[in-house]
Amino acid sequence: MTDVSETPKHRASLGRQVLPYAMLTPAVLVTLAIVFLPMLQTAWMSLHDYVLFRPDDFTWVGLDNFKAALGDEVFWISLKHTIIWMCTTIPAQLLLGLVTALLLNQEFPWRPVARALIIIPWALPSVVIALMWVWIYDSNYGIANEFLLRMGLIQQAIPWLADPDTALASIILTLTWQGFPFFAVMILAGLQSIPQSYYEAASIDGASAWRQFWHITLPGISGVMMTAVLLRMIWVANSFDVIFVMTGGGPGYASHTLPLYAFIKARTNLDFGYGSAIAVLFTLLLMVVVVFYLKRTGKAVS
Amino acid sequence: MALHRPSTTKRILTVDLPMLAILVFTLGPYVWMFITSISDQSTLFTEGPSLLNATIENYIRLFRTVGFAENLLDSFIVAGGTVIVGLSLSVTAAYAFSRFNFRGKRILMLQFLLINMFPLVLLILPLFVLMRVLGLLDTHIALIIANSTVAIPFSIWMMVSYMNGIPRSLDEAAMTDGCTRMQALRRVVLPLCLPGIIATGIYIFITSWNEYLYALTLGGRNVRTITVAVQTLIGEYEVQWGLLTAGGIVGALPATVLFLLVQKRLISGLTQGAVKG
Repeated sequence: MTDVSETPKHRASLGRQVLPYAMLTPAVLVTLAIVFLPMLQTAWMSLHDYVLFRPDDFTWVGLDNFKAALGDEVFWISLKHTIIWMCTTIPAQLLLGLVTALLLNQEFPWRPVARALIIIPWALPSVVIALMWVWIYDSNYGIANEFLLRMGLIQQAIPWLADPDTALASIILTLTWQGFPFFAVMILAGLQSIPQSYYEAASIDGASAWRQFWHITLPGISGVMMTAVLLRMIWVANSFDVIFVMTGGGPGYASHTLPLYAFIKARTNLDFGYGSAIAVLFTLLLMVVVVFYLKRTGKAVS
Repeated sequence: MALHRPSTTKRILTVDLPMLAILVFTLGPYVWMFITSISDQSTLFTEGPSLLNATIENYIRLFRTVGFAENLLDSFIVAGGTVIVGLSLSVTAAYAFSRFNFRGKRILMLQFLLINMFPLVLLILPLFVLMRVLGLLDTHIALIIANSTVAIPFSIWMMVSYMNGIPRSLDEAAMTDGCTRMQALRRVVLPLCLPGIIATGIYIFITSWNEYLYALTLGGRNVRTITVAVQTLIGEYEVQWGLLTAGGIVGALPATVLFLLVQKRLISGLTQGAVKG
């Protein structure tokens, strides 16, 4: 910039070329240091036998951790749960979210209130969500049992979270509750972007409400729904804090999921090598969804 | 739709009532938690939670004997610190993305999007090892750094979308009048997108406040955020549901209030990208 021999115009264009990079440098450097380097370190750790309470022991074992994972029964149980969990939670959230969004898109006097209140679950800390659902599911005093007993739907109180048969399903209900407002809000935004004139034209042509929904509404919001589903898949797959607080993955392995298993391996057994290997495997599986999402968003960016 | 106005009865049956049912499902657990927290501990299990004989005893105990005030302070420092780090690093980056075309722009932008997609469990293990080596375990800084891994990319994306909403002609006009780029950014663009910046900051605050796994792994005796404190309560006071739910209410309150205050602007920012894409 101090070079006097350059013409002012040339200098300005050089500045224009360098300036964006200079402005990006701080953010890029920091994310390199706190995101990408640690991620490489995870990959590195996964190739070693690394247990935290044996300090000077960091032996290269190649792919042994990965081989061990593929032969580990708990790994496959966790993978199965992860898949069950995503294939039930997300459609449930989507469906409930869609219904909510369609209702919120109607005219009624207290609509602003309803719209503000519906998102509350989304703003709550996951620990608090876990806490209140543990209380609801409580086998002795929980309101879930109380309610079902009074309705005569069950004969005796069920220990929802302590029973291996109901633990995962109970958590799925909790997560549906937590996540459906996100879909509702996204889909509502999509609904509001559909021009009103489409509906007016269709009803002049005599299209029924159902046909209007099928031919105008659904195509109008399919893009948003797709984005929301992909985003939510990544999100749901990644989050394990609610499960961790509610059941810790138990009873036994009944509510283990892959990220939870990796976390528990590292946290309880201090086996960072094996934990990292599971984390890496999980990430590779998740990348399929991520790449799909990035392709969609990548088009919107340019 | 505008041709014939449906009758009020029909509307109540098809819109108001279903909406009400969904709201009961949504708010029920929260309300139930609140009612439990103001019920008398001694009668909770004999008579069940009730609004009669409401008491704030559980809340008093929470602050007197459990020491929740310190946890609130820790959470506040961590969340506030993350907001400052997240916003200050992303303002210039967002401006560069919004106003310039340069080689590698797409890759760099997608890279920031990609960060938010990586599983937390992939980062939490090496960050623990890193903080241990640096001697930062159980400090506020460790938690601020960990939360920034999410906050920085998120706020860059949000701010790009807000800045794109401000016409380029405005900063060009400022520069014709003799401002430099940075002055145009500071005097023209920043004031105009201040509402967006505030909403982004509040969202970062909420997510950092609610964050649990980093706080559990990287925190400890000295720095124990409210979420970890609530979880510890579950272990220590197992059957004292009055106290536990009071802890839940206090832990959730700041985030809930902030969220309700800014929900409109926040949601328009969050959904904008998705609708376009």
